Amino acid sequence: MLADKDRIFTNVYGFQPWNIDAAIMRGDWDNTKDLMALGQDAIIDVMKASGLRGRGGAGFPTGTKWSFMPKEPKPDRPNFLVINADESEPGSCKDREIIRHDPHKLIEGALIAGFAMRARAAYIYIRGEYIREAETLFAAVAEAYDRGFIGKNACGSGYDFDVFVHRGAGAYICGEETAMLESLEGKKGQPRLKPPFPAGAGLYGCPTTVNNVESIAVAPTILRRGAAWFSSFGAENNRGTKLFQISGHVNKPCVVEEEMSISFRDLIETHCGGIRGGWDNLLAVIPGGSSVPLVPAAQIMDCAMDFDGLKAVGSGLGTAAIIVMDKSTDIVRAISRISYFYKHESCGQCTPCREGTGWMWRVMERMRTGDAELSEIDMLQQVTKQVEGHSICALGDAAAWPIQGLIKHFRPEMERRIRERGGDTAPMMEAAE
Amino acid sequence: MAEAPKIPDEAETRARWGSFAWTDENQVKANEILGRYPKGREQSASIPFLDLAQRQVGAETQTQGWLPVPVIEFVARQIGVPYMRVYEVVTFYTMFNLAPVGRYHVQVCGTTPCMLRGSDDVLAACKNRGLVKGGTTPDGMFTLTEVECLGTCANAPMVQINDDNFEDLDYDKTTEILEALASGGTPTPGPQFGRRASCPEGGPTSLKAMVDANHDYRGEWA
Repeated sequence: MLADKDRIFTNVYGFQPWNIDAAIMRGDWDNTKDLMALGQDAIIDVMKASGLRGRGGAGFPTGTKWSFMPKEPKPDRPNFLVINADESEPGSCKDREIIRHDPHKLIEGALIAGFAMRARAAYIYIRGEYIREAETLFAAVAEAYDRGFIGKNACGSGYDFDVFVHRGAGAYICGEETAMLESLEGKKGQPRLKPPFPAGAGLYGCPTTVNNVESIAVAPTILRRGAAWFSSFGAENNRGTKLFQISGHVNKPCVVEEEMSISFRDLIETHCGGIRGGWDNLLAVIPGGSSVPLVPAAQIMDCAMDFDGLKAVGSGLGTAAIIVMDKSTDIVRAISRISYFYKHESCGQCTPCREGTGWMWRVMERMRTGDAELSEIDMLQQVTKQVEGHSICALGDAAAWPIQGLIKHFRPEMERRIRERGGDTAPMMEAAE
Repeated sequence: MAEAPKIPDEAETRARWGSFAWTDENQVKANEILGRYPKGREQSASIPFLDLAQRQVGAETQTQGWLPVPVIEFVARQIGVPYMRVYEVVTFYTMFNLAPVGRYHVQVCGTTPCMLRGSDDVLAACKNRGLVKGGTTPDGMFTLTEVECLGTCANAPMVQINDDNFEDLDYDKTTEILEALASGGTPTPGPQFGRRASCPEGGPTSLKAMVDANHDYRGEWA
């Protein structure tokens, strides 16, 4: 188990106040000026050396992402940092804990990250449904302005940096980085074609980097304790600590910070009181939020919870949102409900996704009741392949993968339902003789 | 509300809302919102302005609020864009109500993590209390909507009622909350089983020193 002294989010459960005085006592805003005095390139080098990979799902190395920003921004085209707090992936609930209980880690991180990438300001895009969380964040930003930690001459460093909070209004797709920029510009959140990438032309056409809340909030601690400290956790290529969010059929669902590459069994036994009904009762796990394929019990039990470990079992770490399902679960319904989610959240821009998500959900509902034919399982598989990779953003892929995972691992269950209902045994005549 | 059956734009709606303008208090907030965006980028304020307008309508009608067409037109004029640019934003985002809602907008999360922990029971409790999905109760008290993941999965199942989340629910707790609201009470938001936020039930497995004191771990850093 990760030692308490090595946890970054020490107030993750909010037993203590979130306000600036309490945060300073916990070690935030401690000589931030000195951290900035390292210099912009040195900060990026430390982030690269720490091995931190983006915590929003894709796992792109954070330091490398920062280094893509122009080194000498033009006065009429300033650099922007946009922080993605549009946490809407089913299963994910970590950014909420950071924002409502440790907001100053995020704001300090915003200053350091923004400084390192020579940004003029940061916009924190928080999902609209986090109403109380946004109230806390607005208040925390105001506190930081009052102390002179951000704004003109931030922390006495001579660098001017603003932090703004922008609330969304309920659209999963705005978590996609270019959709988020559209939404920040006051439009519908429909993703943009890439290239140009945001680092070239992002918010208001200016160079922009979009980072997840957790990636930004861990930066100050990494700089204080050094890249070697952070990279001492986790396996090669999967360094650091991570907030895991465990929901579903465990005895004690929770959010907890652990080191990367911890085994699934350790994580559940240490923090969640085991699987409901014991380990024999485990059916399957969705290890990284709704958009990654499920993993059956036998393969996940001793799997390392990191990017590479989960890739090896045909899934992904995503946001480390672990949805556990025991044997009482109607697995086809569970995945069908995810299909409904994607149908609801498709932005409607690309035809394969707009039409495909609805089609896949309707077929999944028939699979749930068994009101289908065996050949339709293959047809469903083919359609997921036609949606996957044929849309501007990854929502089409995200809608396809859970269904592919279901067919891969639970095809016998789907066939059983169809057989029990009598599908295929009495084929329907196409026309009267 | 994506499935709004009919968008009211009759003479009565225009008569009631045609002269909509910010209250003095909201004018201050609106100015502050505009200050967050660069000059010439006023359109960025569309979502915050719509939210503010919906809240003002809500305060005037004693409901969660909604966005009548004249109010949307007002917002479009405020940020200097065509009506359609704001209208399409209203229809795109689920938090904007295109038709009137009740005093309390009960939004039950039904996505898989909540479903696994019993959101069916929460919906059943709402149904047995007389709430109908997509509709408002005759007394104008409750509007029920099944929504997609609200991001409190470790505290599933949950319901958001206006601005507050009620978490770790079951059938009885849901009924209690609805009864309390119906009789004018203010039930306590947050987890309903006495745990702190997303801490494991029965006390934390880590960071135990933080429970009673604002512990500073820096002294233990090697």
